[in-house]
Amino acid sequence: MSPQSRRPAHQLRRLGSQWHALALLTLIWVLLWGDLSWANVIAGAVIAVAVVTMFPLPAIDMHGTVRPWPAVVLGARFVADLFVASFEVAWKAIRPGPVPHGAIVAVRLRNPEDAYLTITAVMSSLVPGSLVVEARRSTGVVYLHVLDIDGSGGPEAVRRDTLALEERVLRAFASNTVLARCGLVPGDAGTALDAGSTPPSGRGEGDA
Amino acid sequence: MMLAAVMAAAVLVAVAALLALVRVERGPSMLDRAVALDTLTVTLVCAIAIEAIWSRRTETIPILVALSMVGFVGSVTMARFAGKEPEDEGRVRTPEEVAAQARAADVPRGEQRDGVRAIDAEDDAESAGGAQR
Amino acid sequence: MTHVDPGLWTTIADTVAAVFLLAGAFLTLGAGVGLLRFPSLLARMHTVTKPQVLGLILLLTALALRVRSWSAVGMLVLVVAFQLVTSPVAAHMVGRAGFRTGKVDPDDLRPNEFGEPD
Repeated sequence: MSPQSRRPAHQLRRLGSQWHALALLTLIWVLLWGDLSWANVIAGAVIAVAVVTMFPLPAIDMHGTVRPWPAVVLGARFVADLFVASFEVAWKAIRPGPVPHGAIVAVRLRNPEDAYLTITAVMSSLVPGSLVVEARRSTGVVYLHVLDIDGSGGPEAVRRDTLALEERVLRAFASNTVLARCGLVPGDAGTALDAGSTPPSGRGEGDA
Repeated sequence: MMLAAVMAAAVLVAVAALLALVRVERGPSMLDRAVALDTLTVTLVCAIAIEAIWSRRTETIPILVALSMVGFVGSVTMARFAGKEPEDEGRVRTPEEVAAQARAADVPRGEQRDGVRAIDAEDDAESAGGAQR
Repeated sequence: MTHVDPGLWTTIADTVAAVFLLAGAFLTLGAGVGLLRFPSLLARMHTVTKPQVLGLILLLTALALRVRSWSAVGMLVLVVAFQLVTSPVAAHMVGRAGFRTGKVDPDDLRPNEFGEPD
């Protein structure tokens, strides 16, 4: 820890910049206790500050914005896919006959930034019939294990699905710069509804 | 109706727990057992939930919270110890990443190889995105 | 067993809860069967990330429909969030450790694009 970061003013600024984490931790605390009272909120906030100060984490590069409509699209597709994928895997397990054979497919994501790579990887583990085996942060290549490669339509179909998922993630959370760099210019499919209403808060900061 | 549904669900979950237990016994590797124990924990959570569904009680819900928080720790710990990093895993890191690493490092980490650091970085990104810590 | 007024909404909520309960239990069973039947470590990991998570979510939804108290729902939401966030992480770490230490037979994987120049 550098001597500069021990200065109170610096620490305060650091806390201020982490208000998301503080709010999230406080919310978790309140949910854990199960009722919304001042005592709970204050205790949660105190504990959140203590946690953030005592266990500092490196800042992650996420200069994104949240676009409401694409976020809803992402969430709805996620829930639908979760149902389909879960029943598919359960059925493949329970049905008689030979079990499907797997494969490993390499998918190069459009945007290798940590935050988006993580979200896409976590979601692709949960939803399509895939599982992240390795992820290369330097190149943005994700290696997915596919449970039933024939049932999923071959490696190309898996790549297409994963890239479509990443596109939904980027449309929901990435800044306009990132979208433009990835060739997903805002305005077409999915973002048309709010393209004018959401100001791009992270413009110009997208390049990590 | 509820009684029948609860009974059926309890039987299904119990069978699932038994199957997971068989996998724990068979292995063959430590990781298989870790995964099966993970499943066993979740079936336990399911069983407690089913009991709470039957009796409409809320006192047992904190148990579910606690189990779901610690359930995955076992398999992650085992994965971390079981996973030897291959020697050729060296990867060039950008100066920003190294700087972020240095800022975050409270303990000297000279001994650890690159893959372990990559795991740390993933954990960090995870906790910022979700609600792990 | 708490006494609840048997009204129309209670009946509807209970019926939906029963459906979710059965679906969730079925998925949990699917996870157990897959865990036993799937031939390789990586294939078994799929049961941990998919049917197991949704099965638990459905069971907890059924529980929320049965108890219908906000504090309980808050905690259940927390359980679901933890599951959604942690199970892919656990699965990824186990899968990667198994993959790197040769507990996965590469010949089982067709195609296997790992290590190909990209």
